[in-house]
Amino acid sequence: MSSIGTGYDLSASQFSPDGRVFQVEYAAKAVENSGTVIGLRGKDGVVFAVEKLVTSKLYEPGANKRIFHVDEHVGMAVAGLISDARQIVETARSEASNYRSQYGSQVPLKYLNERVSMYMHAYTLYSAVRPYGCSVVMGTWNDYEGPQMYMLDPSGVSFSYFGCAVGKAKQAAKTEIEKLKLADLTVKELVKEAARIIYLVHDELKDKQFELELSWVSKDTNGRHQLVPKELATEAENLAKQALADIEDSDEGDM
Amino acid sequence: MAFMGDMMNPAPLWQNGPAPGAFYNFPANSSGFGPSTRPVQEFKAHSATPITTTTTVIGVKFDKGCVIAADTLGSYGTLARFRDCPRIMKVNDLILLGNGGDYADYQYLKDIIEQKIIDEQCIGDGLLLKPRSLHCWLTRVLYNKRSKMDPLWSNYVVAGIQDGEPFLGAVDKLGTAYEDAAIATGLGAYMATPLVREAVDKGNLDEEGAKALVRKCMEVLFYRDARAFQRYQLGVVTSAGVRIEDLAELKHDWSLAHMIHMK
Repeated sequence: MSSIGTGYDLSASQFSPDGRVFQVEYAAKAVENSGTVIGLRGKDGVVFAVEKLVTSKLYEPGANKRIFHVDEHVGMAVAGLISDARQIVETARSEASNYRSQYGSQVPLKYLNERVSMYMHAYTLYSAVRPYGCSVVMGTWNDYEGPQMYMLDPSGVSFSYFGCAVGKAKQAAKTEIEKLKLADLTVKELVKEAARIIYLVHDELKDKQFELELSWVSKDTNGRHQLVPKELATEAENLAKQALADIEDSDEGDM
Repeated sequence: MAFMGDMMNPAPLWQNGPAPGAFYNFPANSSGFGPSTRPVQEFKAHSATPITTTTTVIGVKFDKGCVIAADTLGSYGTLARFRDCPRIMKVNDLILLGNGGDYADYQYLKDIIEQKIIDEQCIGDGLLLKPRSLHCWLTRVLYNKRSKMDPLWSNYVVAGIQDGEPFLGAVDKLGTAYEDAAIATGLGAYMATPLVREAVDKGNLDEEGAKALVRKCMEVLFYRDARAFQRYQLGVVTSAGVRIEDLAELKHDWSLAHMIHMK
């Protein structure tokens, strides 16, 4: 790496001569090592799917969740260092709670995103702190604005997306997402697509075990962020496994 | 850099504890070293009068759950000022909460309870706050406030299902708490309690019976309590969940006041 040994990569408060902040780039690297997270914004809601890598068989099933509730109407899926991510979740929760106590209504995602982005960005400005090693995807649905989704990077940059992917296999996942007609699909259909994509981009050779986490916030859930009900999640997961097996079969047929 | 606080003068890691290199004065110990750091007690007046008030809440336990009811009038002194002050809330699928007293105090605590429920949902373990816990929490909040000579001017009735059994409890503005199968607060404590107790003591009260009883009490109170109103909310909690019915309206007939001659 060009940065090593130049001395410009030790602090987040200094540019390198070619105008980069290496600490922020390293933080992005930390995110790239994490399990894949995708967010899909469909016709009537937002779906999150996470490939949660299980690094030890000794963990209980469902340990170290990567999908969080921020408020009743906002969900957050995280990639990167889990402890950093939890702190971002906590920040988002207190922002949402403050907004509620001040204005007596649900925090608009646009505003929440702005606040959380500012918070993450602040950690790219000082030598005494390091940037957050995580990216988060936030989503909501409401009657007047429909589905909304934002993805936030360690740099503090955030954009609104129709579909986004972050983590290990983000490139492969993005390619798959681009094939979908997101604006026409309902969350029920998207859950299946999301599960399929996660199974498809999972690298069995490098990471053996993983758990699929699925959540949604949609018209059907009355704008509440919820984990996808067990039966639907298992159905989506089985379809995903089936789809994967079909591909492998046809690959063998080709040879 | 506001987000990091003052970097040169960081906030202490803990409070009320011994500081390195300093003598520690135990709280409430007058014989500590050095001059007392306790400030001179400054007496000040706290406002302790309710402004916009509501009256009775009635709660009755029946075989499989609880019913609570309260009218929707917000009185400004004796003036019937606000006619749509709902004061029965669904806390979660196990708890109904009713309130009587200062309406602003209720709205304040309602927001706090709602945020508590959201915080709980955020944890996402599917566990729900139970009525006995909320009842206890309310006693703590109300008792603390009254101990600061600044009470929240409220009576709370907590109705719910705890471990499959009906629960009905009350807390008043002093933090006094009790459980009973029949509860009425405000003026209803004097006028509705005997009616409800009589019915409850007979036993075999089912949901319909309990609802009819509460409706009867609301009618009696409307005739006799000058701060009562004809529109009221009625909520039922059973193991099937919590339901707050649409506003009910009493049919009243003042011809029974035959001693009053209208000109």
